Amino acid sequence: MAEMMYWEALRRAHDEEMANDPLVIAMGEDIGVVGGTYKATNGLYDKYGPERVMDTPISENGYTGLGIGASFLGVRPIIEIMSVNFAWLAMDQIFNSAAKVRYMSGGQLTAPIVVRSPGGVAHQLGAQHSARMEKVFMGIAGLRVVTPSNPRQAYGMLKSAVRCNDPVFINEHEYMYNMSGEVPDEEFFHPLEGSEVARKGSDITLFGYNISVHWCLDAAKILSEQYGIEVEVVDLYTLSPLDREGIKASVGKTHRALVVEEAEPAVGVGSEVMAIINETCFYELDAPPVRVSAETVPIPYNRAMEVAALPNAQSVVDAVRQMLAL
Amino acid sequence: MNNADKKRLLREMLFSRRFEERCYEAYVERKIGGFLHLYPGEEACAHGVLEAANPGSDYVITGYRDHVHSILCGTDPKKVMAELFGKEAGCSRGRGGSMHIFDVEHHFMGGYALVGGPFPLAAGMAKAIKMKGGNEIAICFLGEAANNQGTFHESLNMAKLWDLPVLYVCENNLYGIGTRVDRSTAVVEQHKRVAGYNIPSACTDGQDVEKVFEAAKIAVDHVRSGNGPYFLELMTYRYRGHSMSDSNAYRATEEETMWGKRDPLIILRDRLIEAGELTREDYKAMDTEILDEIEDEIIPFAEQAVEPLVDELERYVFAENDPYVKGSAV
Repeated sequence: MAEMMYWEALRRAHDEEMANDPLVIAMGEDIGVVGGTYKATNGLYDKYGPERVMDTPISENGYTGLGIGASFLGVRPIIEIMSVNFAWLAMDQIFNSAAKVRYMSGGQLTAPIVVRSPGGVAHQLGAQHSARMEKVFMGIAGLRVVTPSNPRQAYGMLKSAVRCNDPVFINEHEYMYNMSGEVPDEEFFHPLEGSEVARKGSDITLFGYNISVHWCLDAAKILSEQYGIEVEVVDLYTLSPLDREGIKASVGKTHRALVVEEAEPAVGVGSEVMAIINETCFYELDAPPVRVSAETVPIPYNRAMEVAALPNAQSVVDAVRQMLAL
Repeated sequence: MNNADKKRLLREMLFSRRFEERCYEAYVERKIGGFLHLYPGEEACAHGVLEAANPGSDYVITGYRDHVHSILCGTDPKKVMAELFGKEAGCSRGRGGSMHIFDVEHHFMGGYALVGGPFPLAAGMAKAIKMKGGNEIAICFLGEAANNQGTFHESLNMAKLWDLPVLYVCENNLYGIGTRVDRSTAVVEQHKRVAGYNIPSACTDGQDVEKVFEAAKIAVDHVRSGNGPYFLELMTYRYRGHSMSDSNAYRATEEETMWGKRDPLIILRDRLIEAGELTREDYKAMDTEILDEIEDEIIPFAEQAVEPLVDELERYVFAENDPYVKGSAV
């Protein structure tokens, strides 16, 4: 088992899938000659050439639509959108073409594309480079949304996404590309549906995804060490479809739930998970479910204000203490 | 084009006309729901272009005015009508409707109801064709009003940048819904707009199917020979409103009368009559035969076809039993 960084795991998945199938292509801004803003395609241009590692114009809806059209005829495009803030522009093609074409053609035509894009708040990038948009993507029928929280998931999910016959949106995070983790040496394919227990516990379940899993794990450590509270952390690595059974199982065990999301609360992962809890295991609850979310503001440039707009491990600890009256 | 081809083409165009007119009636009878965008008046465009291409082999994509294009690619008209009736035997299994006709077997890659949406999809299909080394081309039919979408400019830029085998056919019927082209578009001549992308273009009379065919031959040859994209503008006119919900009050009667005199069927019919290749009686007989086919075969098929099972509402949202989804793949 090798340690590698998140970007290296993505790069390895790209490389293996491109070597496996000559119809797998990578496309996006600066992914070729430059090797990708976050290096996920580093070196692949030299290996596979400009026809398969395509530097696109800065024209997100256009090149995403082009990738979708290519996928109609058997090409398997991995489309990188450099920042999820720019993915707004490509939503028309992702939502109206890729997500709907199987259904509206009665199953005749599919768009097996992968769209990878980092969201999240990085470091003082201001409002227009700090979007967290997973909530928007996860509401669209016909689109799979996964959100790997570590290099192992990033590697295995990208590989599965390339081979899966549905369009898949991979929600990455700008802060996580340099995060290290173990990835098995042998090839593997991670499921695109489900969730996993990242830490076992009995007193309360913290639901996180992507970067917020790490806040939850940090908070769990503090709560265990300082308060003797054993927290279960569930990593919702799939946002669409959400793992209803996994959510129900954990709440059934701990009887308390807190959802942690980096985005604003409205119409978000937290509200959706809480609705699922209501629908599937309301009578298991010992306390109302709670969500910890960002403030509803465009993210400010000023560092102290930026920090104040977001949840972190400490805000998770505080919320748990309040729930348990510690 | 020889006379036999012209006669066949006239019959096929007349079929398209009658098929669409029958759709109008079925809509009024409430057999067809939703939006319905009809093609009468514009027949020479699709027929002329696809006569010069290889329908069924070349990949064709268009907007919501899509019934005729699909039939020309080889879709059974019965399946198109059944789709309009919302039936399981429809070419999109009743999930698509008028604006989403699909027939992948015949390389009709769909009707799309978001204006401008097919431009990049066509370029993408061309990219795939090029990668796979095929001799097909991608053909994208859209109206002139779609050209004001960003997708038009983004797609033409990429199509030329990578010299993709795609033919863009602009069916310029002068109106984007109810807004005349000169009220929406700074450069009215659409073929001039593509100069900004270094793409060769032509403009021709979209009411004369022979002229369309001649222009399309040049365009198709250009694209198929590996010279990259081409843009063909066809000047045409739709007889009805944009869709069935459009009362069509925005057009002057004189304008409609003028275009009515340039009917693509009449132009070709009269040319054949003048050449002594056809009589009015022949034409009438042809028409009767078509009307009978529609009433005796197409409409009953659509009427009698079963409805899709509501139990299958969630089918086709995702691929079924995909091993990479469940993690069962090794």
